[in-house]
Amino acid sequence: MSAANYTTSEMMTVAASRLLKNGAVCFVGIGLPSTAANLARLTHAPDIVLVYESGPIGAKPEVLPLSIGDGDLAERADTVVSTPEIFRYWLQGGRVDVGFLAAAQIDKFANINTTVIGDYRKPTTRLPGAGGAPEIATCAKEVVLVLKQSARALVKKLDFLTSVGHLTGGDSRTKLGLPGKGPVAVVTDLCIMKPDDTTKELTVRQVHPDITREQVQKATAWEIKFASDVEETRAPTENELRVLRDLLHRTAVAHGQTPAA
Amino acid sequence: MAEITSLQAAIRAHIHDGDTVAMEGFTHLIPFAAGYEVIRQGRKNLTLIRMTPDVIYDQLIGAGCAKKLIFSWGGNPGVGSLHRLRDAVEKDWPQGLEIQEHGHGDLSNAYVAGAANLPFAVLRAYAGSELPNYNKNIRFIECPFTAEKLAAVPAIRPDVTVIHAQKADRKGNVLLWGILGVQKEAVLAAKRAIVTVEEFVDDLHAPPNACVLPCWTLAAVCHVPGGARPSYAHGYYDRDNRFYQAWDEISRDRATFVKWIKKHILETEDFAAFQRVLGQSTKEQLV
Repeated sequence: MSAANYTTSEMMTVAASRLLKNGAVCFVGIGLPSTAANLARLTHAPDIVLVYESGPIGAKPEVLPLSIGDGDLAERADTVVSTPEIFRYWLQGGRVDVGFLAAAQIDKFANINTTVIGDYRKPTTRLPGAGGAPEIATCAKEVVLVLKQSARALVKKLDFLTSVGHLTGGDSRTKLGLPGKGPVAVVTDLCIMKPDDTTKELTVRQVHPDITREQVQKATAWEIKFASDVEETRAPTENELRVLRDLLHRTAVAHGQTPAA
Repeated sequence: MAEITSLQAAIRAHIHDGDTVAMEGFTHLIPFAAGYEVIRQGRKNLTLIRMTPDVIYDQLIGAGCAKKLIFSWGGNPGVGSLHRLRDAVEKDWPQGLEIQEHGHGDLSNAYVAGAANLPFAVLRAYAGSELPNYNKNIRFIECPFTAEKLAAVPAIRPDVTVIHAQKADRKGNVLLWGILGVQKEAVLAAKRAIVTVEEFVDDLHAPPNACVLPCWTLAAVCHVPGGARPSYAHGYYDRDNRFYQAWDEISRDRATFVKWIKKHILETEDFAAFQRVLGQSTKEQLV
């Protein structure tokens, strides 16, 4: 099958969705993570429990939420609790299996910046800030990150460390004594990276079809390591693509946007 | 005891220059009409607290009402940046804005501590993060029982909290439902609370365990139907996503923003007039 029948962005969403196991309790960030988590729910993981920081637990939105607190999330949830309760009882309480997050910048130890580009006091770009990520990065049993890969996003040194990944590598995160084990995978439009067992440095484990190692390196500001047994990611199936496109189409219609052709 | 009054009178009586004000609503039930009235009355030097500053604080900041912002996520949800917030932080326009930023779990805990009349909140977060280096209000303490290192943040005690809710009864008892965010905690943490509601009813018919704020916890309750637009009120109207998208254009440029604020807020006498002018603007855009 030719690669021309899906986009790299679709590949990223599909690859991220496959990492979510059926039945997992997943704390979902808005945007790419929410798309991938709902794709998982509508394909291989019908019993996944989606938790949104605005309060819905077991959300089953008909269309993707534009904001983290859309009414559809509450309407179709198992229950809706207050925001303090979500963070105190459910996340900090240790009931979240996977924290599924996006990021503006990450470094090779999967630390996350969502605060500023440039100097904190005089930023060139002021980003939205932490949201729930510092708490999710601390307390979720595992973290999966999804972001579009570029040398501006995968940087040598973060402009600001908002939410901790594997800190300076090795056992530095373990020494902090955090309950969660931190990032277990980073999914991009080019590849899937996982932290090395010992050094915790992100290492390419899968490269998406028709993507070269040179492309992956070019879109990474540090010298990226490849595992000795790099696999090619399985291309999206017809079913995955159909479900994803249907979801994005009805989302665009519901939010009054022009659906992509 | 809650006074049932107009929004203008409530803002005039309870929000003063220099106050610390929390307008809460986690993408749902955002008290936009109250925000417009604060701009209309020209309040200055406010310290604004809100988990998700959103378009409502972009307007207040751009209009020059704020000197400080305490927040945990500042964006236009589903759209992108808050241009007025960024212009204030990056370029000091219309004035510099001191910012104090937290995470969501942190701020929601800080409201809980405020409501509980405790001096601080405690949570598990921030080890390894740089936020505590830039925010002196995030510190670490040792658990006296286990010696675990935990984060501590001071309780939030706003002078005034403003929220929007679905219903009030004739006495001013308030019922809200759907995504509740931190509204109950923000009200109970505040010295004074103003609530705008969609409608007044004879009986709330609130089931046990419903989120009801008794009238004696509130300073003022105001009848402002549509007062959460362009956000939504569960059971009443949907989120106006088109407005959030339009705001990106309106707010990107200083002159366009100033013109919009002048025409829709400063030159309208109240929220009903605002809605008429906005309706006209929207229609002209579509034609």
